[in-house]
Amino acid sequence: MTTLIEAPPTDADGLLPSKKKSSGGGLGQYILIRFLLIFPTILILVTMVFFLMRITGDPITAALGGRLPPEQLAERITAAGYDRPILVQYFEYLGQLLTGNFGTTLSDNRQVTEMLTTYGSATLELTINALLVALLVGIPLGMVAAHSRDKAPDAVLRIFAILCYATPVFFSGLLFKLTFSVWLGWLPVAGRAKTSSELQLTSLQAPTGIYWLDAVRSGNMAALGDVMAHAVLPALALGLLTAGIFLRLVRTNVIGTLGKDYVEAGRSRGVSEFRLVTKHAYKPALIPIITVMGLQIAVLLGGAVLTETTFEWKGLGFQLATYLTARDFVAVQGIVVLLAVIVAVTNFIVDIVAALIDPRVRY
Amino acid sequence: MSTDSPTTTYKDPRASWFRRLPVISHFNKSVGLQRGMLVTGLVLTGIFLLTAVLAPVIAPYGFSQISDADGGFPAQQAPGGKHLWGTTVGGYDVFSRVVWGAQTAVMVIVVAVVMSIFIGVILGLVSGYIGGWLDRILVVIADAVYAFPSLLVAIVMAIVISGGRSSLWGGIIAAAISITVVFIPQYFRVIRAETIRLKAEPFVESAKVVGASNVRIMSRHIFKNATRTLPLIFTLNASEAILTLAGLGFLGFGIEPTSAAEWGFDLNKALADTTSGIWWTGVFPGLAIVLTVLGLTLVGESINDLNDPRLRGRRKAASGKGGPDSTAGAQAAIRAEVSSS
Repeated sequence: MTTLIEAPPTDADGLLPSKKKSSGGGLGQYILIRFLLIFPTILILVTMVFFLMRITGDPITAALGGRLPPEQLAERITAAGYDRPILVQYFEYLGQLLTGNFGTTLSDNRQVTEMLTTYGSATLELTINALLVALLVGIPLGMVAAHSRDKAPDAVLRIFAILCYATPVFFSGLLFKLTFSVWLGWLPVAGRAKTSSELQLTSLQAPTGIYWLDAVRSGNMAALGDVMAHAVLPALALGLLTAGIFLRLVRTNVIGTLGKDYVEAGRSRGVSEFRLVTKHAYKPALIPIITVMGLQIAVLLGGAVLTETTFEWKGLGFQLATYLTARDFVAVQGIVVLLAVIVAVTNFIVDIVAALIDPRVRY
Repeated sequence: MSTDSPTTTYKDPRASWFRRLPVISHFNKSVGLQRGMLVTGLVLTGIFLLTAVLAPVIAPYGFSQISDADGGFPAQQAPGGKHLWGTTVGGYDVFSRVVWGAQTAVMVIVVAVVMSIFIGVILGLVSGYIGGWLDRILVVIADAVYAFPSLLVAIVMAIVISGGRSSLWGGIIAAAISITVVFIPQYFRVIRAETIRLKAEPFVESAKVVGASNVRIMSRHIFKNATRTLPLIFTLNASEAILTLAGLGFLGFGIEPTSAAEWGFDLNKALADTTSGIWWTGVFPGLAIVLTVLGLTLVGESINDLNDPRLRGRRKAASGKGGPDSTAGAQAAIRAEVSSS
C-alpha cells in the first residue's frame, strides 16, 4: 500500500530469462513464462506459512493445550501424525494440497475445503462490491482532480484520497454503523441478510452463495432488497479504502497524458475539454490502473478480513479471525493458502491483460 | 515502486546546512497548496510525537487504571466531568488510553522501520551487487511476500513470535517484527534496483580498478548513492506501520490492554458499544489513528511531489494564463530541470 502513486513493476525485475534476449519471444512465450511463475510463488508462500506456523509447535497443542491432560494430548498428536519429522509432514501436506485435501479443522471438525467454498463466496461478493465502489468513486473523481489541477476541487479531492487511505476500514465501518444504522436507522447494523431471507436463499437449488445473485435467481424481490441493504455499508467501507488509491492514480496519469502533444493537437482542433479528459487523456492512463488493480486485490482481501470482522459478514476474513482466536492453525493455514492462490492467479491475469493492452510490457 | 522517477533533492552548495536538511529544503521549495499540505502534515506529526513523548504528563490516568482515590471509575460514562472523553465498558479512561496509545505507536514504528531498513538495505545491496542465483531467489521470495496481503503476513508473524499475546515490550517487539517482515521486500526492491543501476557507473568501475574490496564498494560507493529515496519510504511506511499495528490489535493480535494502550485493540472493544449508541469509545482512538496517518502521509506525499518536478507546483504559471507570474513559473521550471539532472 505504500505505492500510492507509482505502480510497482509486477514482474520480478530481471527475473524473466527472456528479458536479456528481448529480440525473440512474443505474447505466447510471455504468457507461458508468467503462467509458470505462478507455481513458485504459491509454493514459496505455502512453504513459508507451513514452516512458520510449525515453529510455534504442533496445531493440536496450540488449539487444545491446557484443556486436555498431557497423555491425551500426546495421544492425539501421535494419531494426527504431528510427532513425525517436519519434512515428512511438509511433503505429505504438499501432496494433500495437490489433491485438493486441506485437512480438517480442529475447532469445529469441518473439512477445510468445504469451509473455504462456503465462506469464499461471501468474501467474493464483498470484494466485488467493494471494487465496484472503488472504481465508480475513484475514476470519475480522479479525472475531475486532474482537470482542475492545483485548484480548489483538486485540493479537496486529494485530501479526500489521503483520508480514504488513512482511515482504517474498521474505523470507517464503525462510523458508518453509528451514523446510518444506529442514529439514522436506515441500514442494518451487521450481517449479510436477515435470518428469514438467509434461510430462503440457502434453501435454493445449488445456491451460489453470492446472495444477490441467488436472490435474483429466486425472483424474491424482498430478499434482494434486504441483501442489498446489508451490502451497502461493508462495500462502502472497504471500497473507499481503495477508491482513494484509484483517484490518485487516475489523477497522476491523466495529468501526465494531458501534457502530451496529441492532447494539445486535439485541443487545437476544437475538441471539448470534457472529451479531452474523458477520452483522449483517460484511455492511455488506464494501463497503470489495471496493473495496480491486481495489487489492490491483495489489499482488498487484507481489508476484507477487517471489514468482515467489523460487520460480522460471515466470509473468509470473519472465519479467519474466529479461527485465529481459537488457535485453529489448520484452518488458518487453509485460508491463507487459498488467499495466496487467489493473489497469484489475479496477478497473472492482470499481467496478461496489461500485456494485451500495451505491447511494451511484453519482454 | 519504479525507481526511474527523478528523486534527487536539489541541493544548492552555497546554501547553509540548515536549509539543505531534507524537510527544510522541501519547505523552501514548496508553494501554495503544497506548502499547506506539508505544513499540515508536519503539525499533525509534531502533535503525535509530542503526545507520545509527553504521555506521562498529559494523560490524567494510567492506561490500565480503573480506579483512583475516589473509588472505581464508572463504566461507559459519557464524555465530560472527570473523564474528558468518557470511559470504556471496562472502566478505562478513554482520553488517557488514546494518549498512551501514541507512545505505543511510536515505539512500534521506530523499531519496525529501523529493523526493516537495516535488513532490507543489506539484502538489497548484496542481492543487487552480487547478482546470480542468490539474487534470483531473493527476488522471487520478496515478490511473493510483497504480493501477499500485508495484514496476513503480519498475522502469521504475530502467531509465530508471541502466539498472539504478550507483555509490553514482548508485544511491541512482536508487532514490530510482524510489520518488519511486511516492509523488508519494499526496501529490498528499491535498494536492489538502485544498486544494479549504480553497479554500471564509472565510479564503481574505477573503485574496482583501484582495488577496493566488494564490501568497501558496497558500503561506501553504492550505499550512499542508493539511499536517497529512503526518507520518502520512511514516512510512507511509518503511516502504514500504524495501520498494520491497529489492524493486528483490532483482530486481537496486539498488546494486552494491561501492558500498554493500543488504538486498534480499543476500537475492537468499541465495536460492541456502537449498537447501543456509545460513540466515544470508538471515535476518539479512531480519530487518533486517522490524524496520525494523515499527518505522516501528508509529509511523505509532499516530499514525494516536491522531489518530482512533474508533480511539483509551479506557482501560478501552471494555470496556463501567462502574465506577470510566468517569470516565476519559468524559474520554477528551470529549477526543476536543474534538480532532475
